[in-house]
Amino acid sequence: MTPEPNAEPAPAAEPHPAWRRVQLARHPKRPHSLDYIERLFTDFQELHGDRSFGDDPAIVAGMARFEGRPVMVIAEQKGRDTKQKVYRNFGMPKPEGYRKALRVMQIAAKFNRAVLTFLDTPGAYPGIDAEERGQAEAIARNLREMARLPVPVLVTCIGEGGSGGALALGVGNIVLMLENAVYSVISPESCAAIIYRDSGKAEQAAAALRLTAQDLHGLGLIDAIVPEPEGGAQEDPAGAAEMLRQHLRCRLEELSGRTPRQLVDHRYAKFRRMGNFFA
Amino acid sequence: MSWFKRDKPAGDKLPKLENGERRVRTEGLWQKCEGCRQIIWKKELEANFNVCPKCGIHTRIDAVTRLKLLLDGGEYEQFDADLSSSDPLGFVDSKPYHERLKGMQQATNLSDAMISAAGRLEGRPIQICSMEVRFIGGSMGSVVGEKIARSIERAMQHRMPLVIVSASGGARMQEGAISLMQMAKISSALMRLDEARLPFISVLTDPTTGGVTASYAMLGDLNIAEPGALIGFAGPRVIEQTIRQKLPEGFQRSEFLLKHGMLDAVVPRLELKSYIATALKFFVA
Ligand SMILES: [Zn+2]
Repeated sequence: MTPEPNAEPAPAAEPHPAWRRVQLARHPKRPHSLDYIERLFTDFQELHGDRSFGDDPAIVAGMARFEGRPVMVIAEQKGRDTKQKVYRNFGMPKPEGYRKALRVMQIAAKFNRAVLTFLDTPGAYPGIDAEERGQAEAIARNLREMARLPVPVLVTCIGEGGSGGALALGVGNIVLMLENAVYSVISPESCAAIIYRDSGKAEQAAAALRLTAQDLHGLGLIDAIVPEPEGGAQEDPAGAAEMLRQHLRCRLEELSGRTPRQLVDHRYAKFRRMGNFFA
Repeated sequence: MSWFKRDKPAGDKLPKLENGERRVRTEGLWQKCEGCRQIIWKKELEANFNVCPKCGIHTRIDAVTRLKLLLDGGEYEQFDADLSSSDPLGFVDSKPYHERLKGMQQATNLSDAMISAAGRLEGRPIQICSMEVRFIGGSMGSVVGEKIARSIERAMQHRMPLVIVSASGGARMQEGAISLMQMAKISSALMRLDEARLPFISVLTDPTTGGVTASYAMLGDLNIAEPGALIGFAGPRVIEQTIRQKLPEGFQRSEFLLKHGMLDAVVPRLELKSYIATALKFFVA
């Protein structure tokens, strides 16, 4: 076949911007939750266990101080090397992880401490044990109970916002996304497998899903985009953390004057209006 | 009350789904049961709400039939019947989403994958949402999210119980993260219903998976399921691919969930109405 004079360039040469973001969000050197926690907080004290089954290393939770103020931190954690990846179950939480998260959120509510969550997961773990212990119930309960928290809830998607597995920590007064983070109802690979019967067409699917921070902001699904250092957070993790710190400080101050009722109502009103795309 | 009136008769506008499963198994007046392999008179099966009179296996019923099963006299007032997605992403798969929607609307005579209505269940006024699995797999997008949120608001306004009958493959891919956020929107609204101390009965039917299970379907004061329904978070194929082994017999079926503590009861279809009535009587006298 003779190529047409104005043929599209081959996808490999110039990845679609959405796919480029997916690659950055999954970059092997991209800072993970603990990389941010050590830079943004002092006196971090990890809390373990859901009090009914076990402790899930894919979710890290604990007490910490943010610029002197006591806060509760809850984060999805991926591993860096093979051993760590396996230990963290590739960042895919199980029900006991979500239940641990809820337990510490409720401690935060009891003692009037703001909750800061960090989303970074390919999705909730799809396995027999997770189903047996009620993966769906654990996620559902978190969604409803986060809506009820009488304290400020600040959510930051730092990498992969993998569907319900991310949203289970995502019902915040403010939801931020890092510039190269993605947040999607389904992974581009799974989407491609369904619509093109070819998981290799993930690049096309990534574009169709509108999963970038810019897309979600444009659709009114997140509150703000946090810029990253030139080339992506992996190029300068300390710089990325510093940029995020500015946003968190400003948003925490914005929320700190509100009463518990106002915080619940503010969060509710935001999600109630979300995604009104019908006629 | 004025809002109880018979829904518009739609019989003349209800063409059978071209690709509906029902037709595949249907040969004229008789039908082979997929459970016991016996030949059943179709009329008898339909009169029995698709519960096989020989072996009791439950096959799917549509959203309208579900309302007939549960509501007194099959009467209800429907809300937001014309609410339809505006295709905010301009999503295109094997065909454009807006065309897919149009085709589904013509095939089912519904604007999206759910009917929201008010009616009476053994005399008690209730708000009810009934999902239509034939409509893009019963998937949940902005329309389903909004219809449930409004049903919850009406339940609170009139101090009525809420019943949601789920039949869904989960969040609707064609609306991307908008669908995902409906999980948070509905669950937040259910928090308010909970604070208002109004009963919510979740009925899980075949299939209930993904983001629907992981939000409202698991948040009932009671979660009850029909026998043999597929219920789970991840789909069985996804799990098989992840763990690379065959799934055990009966995995993710109602009885499996009951055994693992995720359901209050498995209730046969023909007993659902009286079961719900009894529960509501216990909750609100
Ligand atoms: Zn049979």
